[in-house]
Amino acid sequence: MTVFQHILIVLGVLFVLLTIAAGLIWVERRLLALWQDRLGPNRAGPLGIFIVVADTLKLFFKEDWIPPFADKWVFVAAPAIVVASVLMSFVIIPFSPVIVIADLNVGLLFFLAMSSLGVYSIVLGGWASNNKYSLLGALRGASQMMAYEVFMGLSLMGVVMLTGSFNLQDIVAAQRSMWFIVYQPLGFILFFIAGVAETHRLPFDIPEAESELIAGYHAEYSGMKFGMFFIGEYLGITLISAMTVTMFFGGWLGPGFLPPWFWFGGKTAIFIGLFILLRASLPRPRYDQLIGFGWKLLLPLVLANLLVTGAVALLLKK
Amino acid sequence: MLSLLRTIWLVFLHLFHKKATIEYPEEKIPLHPRYRGRIVLTRDPDGQERCVGCYLCAAACPVDCIALQAAEDENGRRYPEFFRINFSRCIFCGYCEDACPTYAIQLIPDVEMAEFHRQDLVFEKEDLLIDSEGKYPGYNYYKIAGITAGVKETGQGANEEPPVDVHSLLP
Ligand code: SF4
Ligand code: SF4
Repeated sequence: MTVFQHILIVLGVLFVLLTIAAGLIWVERRLLALWQDRLGPNRAGPLGIFIVVADTLKLFFKEDWIPPFADKWVFVAAPAIVVASVLMSFVIIPFSPVIVIADLNVGLLFFLAMSSLGVYSIVLGGWASNNKYSLLGALRGASQMMAYEVFMGLSLMGVVMLTGSFNLQDIVAAQRSMWFIVYQPLGFILFFIAGVAETHRLPFDIPEAESELIAGYHAEYSGMKFGMFFIGEYLGITLISAMTVTMFFGGWLGPGFLPPWFWFGGKTAIFIGLFILLRASLPRPRYDQLIGFGWKLLLPLVLANLLVTGAVALLLKK
Repeated sequence: MLSLLRTIWLVFLHLFHKKATIEYPEEKIPLHPRYRGRIVLTRDPDGQERCVGCYLCAAACPVDCIALQAAEDENGRRYPEFFRINFSRCIFCGYCEDACPTYAIQLIPDVEMAEFHRQDLVFEKEDLLIDSEGKYPGYNYYKIAGITAGVKETGQGANEEPPVDVHSLLP
């Protein structure tokens, strides 16, 4: 692959991702509306798709305000961190056999590291806002991430055991005969729950919790800085969906009559839909319930999953 | 846990339910005939204004948005010289219709009266008057009233006996 091709892939992936993140504004509103027996935005443009343009324009023209009591530099940096860290994670995702930006041999670890970095944006954003609601949101975000980060990584280790590699292309290739969802159903469920918590989407949007904390860690943000958190959240959804597909649903594998990227995109879209469906259907748990659920139920489960997978893998090897 | 999955599934099924949204400009809600919407002033079967300028509607109006001035023609028939309703204040309570003794003022099922300028919501008599008897066809106040007002001869009104000649001895 030439340097030129590589740059083309990087720009292409970036463009597609940002388009998807913006388009999700519309997708989410339409889907939520349909699940609530409404129609949702359907006026501006074909099927209402131009709501994306309207919303973005609105964000751009809002006053970009930095509160006088805020810690200015950290306040500005925080929203950038979330977008940057999520975009970095996409680097290792194989969209098709050839469309992958960096085929790292520790790809999975890189993903875990980058998604943990995302928590800095919440903590720093909440801290720099110098507002007690934001700070509470940031605290909650930090402890929630801590709890769910642990078994997010562990839930993927089953797949790593089966493949014997941290490289995502290898993991996809290992699913040629059978998707890993068959061998690791529990791993998939745990990873998905952790993913929802990781992107702090409903029902796990405890750090934002409008009803208790106004908007949590981004209560003081406006304009495009808020937009960054917004985009970061949608990118996070896409990332977790893409990772789920890669790890458990055979990535870009699929019947040969359509190109691999189509299979990858289609499967990812289904999981994005699932994210939105979760938001439409489940209420937000109490904060202590969420943390208790993570440490007391999910962590033992994920350890047991790991133990059984390891034992079976060893048995089969003999 | 299972109940959560059930919830998710049931919510998913809502994708195929009938939507509650009414797409307004193309599609309209059916309003009942007695819906309290835009206010009109009706006419009696002879095509004359029903309003007698009694001010009862203006007095009943809780937001004081009716203004009128009563006048009298050469026959002694009362009518409003001007009649003004400020729809930017009207709350469409219908009290004016209840108060009106002559069924002149009526609320009709029409709600499409949005304007760009507030001043355009002030309706004058010529905007309010319609060429119809509204909800009470056949009702003619001056045919029942005690005065002639150029509408009827004495003794010619509805439910009215011919006048008795007090000078006559015959019954
Ligand atoms: S409907 Fe109510 S508020 Fe409106 S003019 Fe009549 S009495 Fe006044
Ligand atoms: S509309 Fe009816 S209540 Fe109002 S002044 Fe005329 S007759 Fe009287």
